[in-house]
Amino acid sequence: MTIASVNVRPRSGSAVSGFWPVLRRMVSRPSGAIGLGLTLFNVVVAIAAPLLTSYDPATPNADTINLAPSFEHWMGTDSLGRDVYTRVIYGGQLAMMVTACAVAIAVTWGGLVGILLGVIGGRTDEIAMRFVDAMLSIPWLLFLLLMVSIIGGGAWIVVPILGFFYGISIIRISRAAALQVSARDFVTAARARGESLWAVVTREVFPNVADILLVEGAMQWSWMLLAFSSLSFLGFGAAPPTPDWGLMIASERSLLAIAPWSVLWPCFALSTLIVGINLTADALGKALGVDRAREKPT
Amino acid sequence: MTETTLIEIKNLTLGFTSRGGQERPILRDLSLNVAAGQTIGIVGESGSGKSTVALAMMGYLKPGLKVFSGHVVFDGHDMFEISEEARTRLRGGSIALIPQDAGQSLTPTMRVGDQIDEALRLHTRLNAEQRQSKMGEILNRVRLPSAQDIARRYPHELSGGQQQRVVIGMALGTGAKALLLDEPTTGLDVTTQAHILQFLRSLVSDTGVSMVYVSHDLGVIAQVADRIAVMYAGELVELGGARGLLASPAHPYTRALLASIPRLGAKVIPAALDGFHPIVGEDRQGCAFVARCPIAQERCRATVPAMVDVAHGQAKCFYADSDGMEKIEGTPVVSTRKDEVAVEADDLAISYHHRGIIDLLLGKEVPPDTVARVGFSVNKGETLGLVGESGCGKSTILKALSGLKAPKHGRMVIDGQEIPGRVAQRTLDVIKPLQMVFQNADSSLNPRRSVREILQAPLRLYFELSHQEMETRCEELIDAVRLPKTYLDRFPGQLSGGEKQRVAIARAFAAEPELVLCDEITSALDVSVQAAALLLLKQLQEMRGAAYVFVSHDLAVVRAISDQIAVLYQGRICESGPTEAVFRPPFHPYTEVLLGAILQPDPDAVPRLLADDVIDREPPSTGCPFQRRCSRRIDARCDEILPPPRHPETGHVIYCHLETDELPALNAVE
Repeated sequence: MTIASVNVRPRSGSAVSGFWPVLRRMVSRPSGAIGLGLTLFNVVVAIAAPLLTSYDPATPNADTINLAPSFEHWMGTDSLGRDVYTRVIYGGQLAMMVTACAVAIAVTWGGLVGILLGVIGGRTDEIAMRFVDAMLSIPWLLFLLLMVSIIGGGAWIVVPILGFFYGISIIRISRAAALQVSARDFVTAARARGESLWAVVTREVFPNVADILLVEGAMQWSWMLLAFSSLSFLGFGAAPPTPDWGLMIASERSLLAIAPWSVLWPCFALSTLIVGINLTADALGKALGVDRAREKPT
Repeated sequence: MTETTLIEIKNLTLGFTSRGGQERPILRDLSLNVAAGQTIGIVGESGSGKSTVALAMMGYLKPGLKVFSGHVVFDGHDMFEISEEARTRLRGGSIALIPQDAGQSLTPTMRVGDQIDEALRLHTRLNAEQRQSKMGEILNRVRLPSAQDIARRYPHELSGGQQQRVVIGMALGTGAKALLLDEPTTGLDVTTQAHILQFLRSLVSDTGVSMVYVSHDLGVIAQVADRIAVMYAGELVELGGARGLLASPAHPYTRALLASIPRLGAKVIPAALDGFHPIVGEDRQGCAFVARCPIAQERCRATVPAMVDVAHGQAKCFYADSDGMEKIEGTPVVSTRKDEVAVEADDLAISYHHRGIIDLLLGKEVPPDTVARVGFSVNKGETLGLVGESGCGKSTILKALSGLKAPKHGRMVIDGQEIPGRVAQRTLDVIKPLQMVFQNADSSLNPRRSVREILQAPLRLYFELSHQEMETRCEELIDAVRLPKTYLDRFPGQLSGGEKQRVAIARAFAAEPELVLCDEITSALDVSVQAAALLLLKQLQEMRGAAYVFVSHDLAVVRAISDQIAVLYQGRICESGPTEAVFRPPFHPYTEVLLGAILQPDPDAVPRLLADDVIDREPPSTGCPFQRRCSRRIDARCDEILPPPRHPETGHVIYCHLETDELPALNAVE
């Protein structure tokens, strides 16, 4: 079992707080600026997609099958004659929405449970963490396939399952951070003062762990996007004819030799988003002074 | 001077460059020589640049720093001109740094002998056999008993003092001509500290090595240094022979610094320095000390004074030769003790050991309790001082009182009511009168909460107040600890160490407590600030009539503010009674040891070492707790039978097998 460790350092000159100072610090490095730019670009394009194209992303057109990129169809058309450009700019919508919800679930439940365990400590923590270890050993993809075959597929079924499984690794992170914070005297002081467990968790510990959760959440978002695209690729995520990058790659991959554009463009779009989020999360971590030294989860 | 100069710093100015491209000096125009075989003590408050000087001597700058002008010459090498390679060869070879926590610089998983061997292999050309004999020589030279045995041990099997010696030995073994010691005894027990200082003195006379000793503690410097350099805000303000400088300091800062040190002799709270140490790298004209100087004149603000010669050396002050400064007096302490009992503890026993299933199966004995047979009673408005070396259980007793660690048995009574052991079992009515202030204000204030929110927490918990009342109370509290109201909006990161501790004290008083538990609350502060914190505590006690249990390892501080004292060793009370009685003979043998090891800023007051510096991890299961280190151990009786209480005067108890008239009576104080 790999050990998750995040260092909660006392705030020093190297870390900043407040929205604008953090943002300024993030874009002060080229990697941060590029990451933030890529991420925002993808999000804005996905939201504004209907304004950026005159084609419909879902309706097949028998007259325009596998056309090469042209002035009419900037990125060509796919095997059902749909405009690839249109499908690419629409294709992030569902994935981003689904995974954003799943991240919110993961961070909330994982963060809460992790902080509670870190603060309570003792035997409760010891036993709970063994459960967490056990759950981490469940291959979540197989479990998800099982669930989907029982309940039936669909993008929104995936949300709670992704949220739940990714939340487990957040438990480890937030518990490790909460343990360090709990050892500090202001938490001891709050306990000695007679504060309730809830007050200790929300007023004393959470504000000192929030940065870490934020950075972790951003990081997980990129992994979840990959995971969701894989699911779509396997046919368990987005259902046709929804424009979705994973689904596009899956359905067009047999035509890679004939019409490579219909596969390569969604691949490219997906990569820019994931690289962008990764760089953003890294820059965010550096700006907030959160040391990320941990393993990549399963 | 006829001696050869080993280290020469000439007009050194170094600092960092701000974002705007301005030079921000940390050290300003500093010149200092260290002769071969000489020990120079560099003293100053935190932020004064004293460690930066020591590091510069070995040609090292912290990241981001740059030399603006001047140079450092060590043994003929200009340390900032020679190549990195040459510097590295000198470092750890002819010049070595002994950091504050030397034990930390030893690898915990490697035997001490192997580590010394490694250092020798890297810095000398000796073969394996020669290295072996050299190692024995080194360990003998640093006066470690049975070299063979020590070499086989791991660092954690040595005491703090022994670790320090091993590190110093390594430096000497590789042929160091100069040792830079950066606060090497800070954080060690008084007895260990006294042993190390004695060792360092003998080392200088045996080997002729030069030492640069950096410390904030003039008492320590006084014991080792031939010359003293006083630093303030990156400048050298006074330099001179130790004896002369301590006897007749010329610079107002040196005078104020000396006056702020608590002395064992008098029951006064020493005078604090008003104002703040300038911010590092700040722009300034004139004298660095001007803002806090009692004799500052117009020209002090305008021009930087030059170093002028005084009787014992040099001082950077226009008025260094004038005797215009009167002696700085402290504040005498008046007892505010009332006749009502605030808190009582009776036969407390606390243990950190759990006997697990495996211990049971193996038939392991449960080690003796960490704290046992501790009892005391504190009246309202009274201060009880708990003293002892680290690990003596003084903080553990505070934990028990505050409910953070339930005692194994024993009674704790507050306001005539017995209180449960764990804070979770106590009602808010029981918790409210019992507040605690922690040693480290840095970690006892939540960095993400403003001062206002920090003060509101106890108010919200214990009182039902309207928003307006809450605000008024916060303002009253911040006012009571002498901080401006604007501080309510600050975050702990924006406060200095002393200010943070004031906020922590204000938080404790927000609950209107009857008893405040103070856990080494001044030991992390600069001496000049410590005095102010002590005065504040005393004033708050006069105003609010709270009782204090004041834990400290510093006997002079404890003496200044306590009405009663209990001396603890290994979690057992050795001696207790009214402050004056405890500081008056007869003493418990352990009290005698503690008093003997105290350092005063006076080179003539050499500490007396009455007990060995050994590690005593667990209290003995039978007999006197001090049996293993006692120089007056009688016989097996001390090992087996609990010492009986002796009563030299009413209220004064000494637990010892010696009869009252046989107890150590040498007057250690005054």
